[in-house]
Amino acid sequence: MIRCAVLQFPGSNCDQDALIAIRSFSGVAAELVWHQTTSLEAFDLIILPGGFSYGDYLRSGAIACFSPVMQAVKKAAQQGKIILGICNGFQILCEAHLLPGTLIRNRNLLFRCEETILRLENNVTPFTQACEKGQLLRLPIAHGEGCYVAQPDVLQELNNNNQILLRYATAEGEITKAASPNGSLENIAGICNREKNIFGLMPHPERACEALLGSTDGRFLFHSLITSLSKK
Amino acid sequence: MNTPPITPALIAKHGLSSDEYQKILTILGREPSYEELGVFSVMWSEHCSYKNSRPLLRQFPTTGKNVLVKAGEENAGVLDIGNGWAVAFKIESHNHPSAIEPFQGAATGVGGIIRDIFTMGARPAFLLDSLRFGSIEGDTLAARANRRLFAGVVAGISHYGNCMGVPTIGGEVYFDKSYEGNPLVNAFCLGVLRHEQIARGAAKGIGNPIFYVGAETGRDGLAGAAFASRELTEESKADRPAVQVGDPFREKLLLEACLELLESGCVAGIQDMGAAGLTCSTCETASRGGTGVEVDLNLVPKRSNDLTPYELLLSESQERMLVIVQKGEEATVQKIFEKWELPYALIGHVTDDGKMRIRAGSTVVVDVPARALADEAPLYEREAAPWTAPALLDLKTVPVADVIMALHQLFAHPSIASKQWAWRQYDYMVQTGTVVPPGSDAAVFHLREADKFLAATTDCNAIYCHLDPREGAKAAVAEATRNLACSGAMPLGVTDNLNFGNPYKPENFFQLRAAVEGISEGCRAFDIPVTGGNVSLYNESQHGAIDPTPTIAMVGIIEKKEQITTQHFKNPGDVIYLLGELGEELGGSHYLLVVHQRKEGLPPRVDFAKEKALQNQLLSLIKSGLVQSAHDCSEGGLAVALAESCFARAQQDSKALLGATIDLGTTGLRPDVALFNESQGRILFSARPENATAIEATLQAAKLPFQRLGIVTTAEEIVIQLNGEKYQWMTRNLHHTWSTAIPHMMQG
Repeated sequence: MIRCAVLQFPGSNCDQDALIAIRSFSGVAAELVWHQTTSLEAFDLIILPGGFSYGDYLRSGAIACFSPVMQAVKKAAQQGKIILGICNGFQILCEAHLLPGTLIRNRNLLFRCEETILRLENNVTPFTQACEKGQLLRLPIAHGEGCYVAQPDVLQELNNNNQILLRYATAEGEITKAASPNGSLENIAGICNREKNIFGLMPHPERACEALLGSTDGRFLFHSLITSLSKK
Repeated sequence: MNTPPITPALIAKHGLSSDEYQKILTILGREPSYEELGVFSVMWSEHCSYKNSRPLLRQFPTTGKNVLVKAGEENAGVLDIGNGWAVAFKIESHNHPSAIEPFQGAATGVGGIIRDIFTMGARPAFLLDSLRFGSIEGDTLAARANRRLFAGVVAGISHYGNCMGVPTIGGEVYFDKSYEGNPLVNAFCLGVLRHEQIARGAAKGIGNPIFYVGAETGRDGLAGAAFASRELTEESKADRPAVQVGDPFREKLLLEACLELLESGCVAGIQDMGAAGLTCSTCETASRGGTGVEVDLNLVPKRSNDLTPYELLLSESQERMLVIVQKGEEATVQKIFEKWELPYALIGHVTDDGKMRIRAGSTVVVDVPARALADEAPLYEREAAPWTAPALLDLKTVPVADVIMALHQLFAHPSIASKQWAWRQYDYMVQTGTVVPPGSDAAVFHLREADKFLAATTDCNAIYCHLDPREGAKAAVAEATRNLACSGAMPLGVTDNLNFGNPYKPENFFQLRAAVEGISEGCRAFDIPVTGGNVSLYNESQHGAIDPTPTIAMVGIIEKKEQITTQHFKNPGDVIYLLGELGEELGGSHYLLVVHQRKEGLPPRVDFAKEKALQNQLLSLIKSGLVQSAHDCSEGGLAVALAESCFARAQQDSKALLGATIDLGTTGLRPDVALFNESQGRILFSARPENATAIEATLQAAKLPFQRLGIVTTAEEIVIQLNGEKYQWMTRNLHHTWSTAIPHMMQG
């Protein structure tokens, strides 16, 4: 049984959605874990869900990265545990320097909620191994601060190490400026660390796990995770 | 403490008439204190007391087999949805604050309605918003101001709803010059709960402790309820301090903490501090509980220590609740509110003397019978002006427009154009229940915990209400039920938001009365209970009163997920039907308004017997699995409904457009009348060709009017044959007009 923690910060609001999504797979025991928790030893998989931690009145994730649980997340990261940050979770991971770069306000300054098309750039990671390279995934976004930026050298490194896992694309799979809903550099929607055990993405795979809601492409990512953890 | 002496000028400044002041003297048997005058002023304002509308509202049907909590009993009505589950829902206006400060006005409107729902013990599931603004077209000062209001209101809703994690899944936006300077912002929230979780806003149990939980009290929103009960003027900007400032993060914590507290079973009563803040929550809970309350203001958490008792009583600071806890359970409150890092304080207790007694330390500043404040406000039946029906539209005075151009003009009008610019700023998907997102006749939401599918819509055509308030209100109810039927839902209940002008003006009071009669007639005809709502009067600016706008928010239930239906055509080759007649009523139509700049004539009539028969028939076809899509004909008539059905569900996706070829035959009607009339009781639906025989046999047997109009095509072309003429449009071009109109206008 894979033991999964879905972290709950004050202001998290996609925690239940993530829990429901991960629980729809067999072989996973998932539970909510309050941000005051100081140990995550009991878990194999840690999900930082979406929401507005501490209201995100400052930079998104800037306060949550100081929550007690983040020390435990850092330790888990060093131990090579699998960590997934969705939307606000991605922002928190960047603020905690577990992932490089940062997420700033969308270029048009407006919150955007819509379905996007993502091109899968690297399928040799625990997060994407059930996908094909170049596969197009339909996943929704819902954020006001999802524009990914990083220094040129950081960007170069991300590219060199195949750390960019998802880019916003057109229906034909082209990476164009118009396909990006938020102005991210190089249409970046999701990146992982160099060791490939931490993945942050702005789109919401947990909202794309049920045909009734329009897309089941989120299942590819969760399925990848679960398969790779089962093999361990 | 120095307080001003009670003078006639001070009484007038508090919006109390001399008769009302006499009544206060009789109740108290003495002169009121300054604080008491403030307390009476807000509790007897229209916003809190409904003094000018309550007698009318008694006409609404409020009972039914599903009604668990009736209108007016609590913060929101509660309806049974089966298997031990229930829904609480309500709509409320935040018009005046939004006119002055659109972002915070709208944000706190959303915050207030969410609090009303979780106060009932329900977890908020989704939001709708019904919005109205002046014209946003062009480069006039007014258009620029209206754009600022529209952008600000949408951003405010987005800010608050998104942060709370409550999806905004639908609603409506209209633009008309009557709302210039006085936009309407009506926010709706629905929550879900178990029957046994229904919480009450009553101060029960003598001696029980009263807790204040949530944000500290500040000076924001001082006497907002009284401010909302006046007309807006040039000087209203000076009332900006009467607009509250919202903190959705605090409210998210408050929501979780309150639901956890309610779950613990230690709560005897709970009430949010909305309009009239601490004043309203204390006297209403006491009045409902048949008890009294005693509270010490010195114990209230404050943002600043120099707040006076008067300010503490009248502040409308947001994100605060009053909780009456079972004696001995004080530690539970402490544990939960410390976990959620929220201020809380024991500020008083429930008494047995029926008094609302407020102290500041040892000084008693208010000592008034709670019932007198909460339930004994004076009630008025205002004078209604005699009404004459508008003249029938003389068609001879309306030149026949080029209908090809006219359809583009209609789609370019922001009231008909796509509202995606607004709703993609709302997180409409969080909580993973949104099955039909904004952009169809009604939004459909899956209540996962109860495994029920709900459809919800808000409707009101204010042009109809302006021309004939009674018929307009009837049409609003009929359109809401029709939108639900088109989504596959049976109506469950209604919450209404009555937006009108100053009731002291006889023509306005007539409109209010006639609209209430129309809603009552409609709800009785469909046997739908009104479970509560909101009255917003004094919606006037320098330009006069708004068009009367009795917004109907209606919730329905869909039996099975297979019955969820949307307006969009699904497959080329499907047969297109019109259920109902072709119609010919052009009075009050958007065609007249948009193409001929005329707001006149008699609006379309509603025949409830016919309407009900058509809708029930559509529902039965949907349940038999025979319907692919269904769309109600409303603003812009049949032509607009047909084209909208050809647009894809994914609105940004211009690649998934369809076409349609239909033949309306030889009718003797002018083309503009045939295509754009807004006669009621008409539904455009599509079906697989193999089901055509079964559908036609059923409709013939039911003796219902219908026409087989044509078929859905891949041609991306809309072709309408009429009177031997052929009218053609490219779907792509119409879609472009429709989807870019508002973004272009908003770029200025």
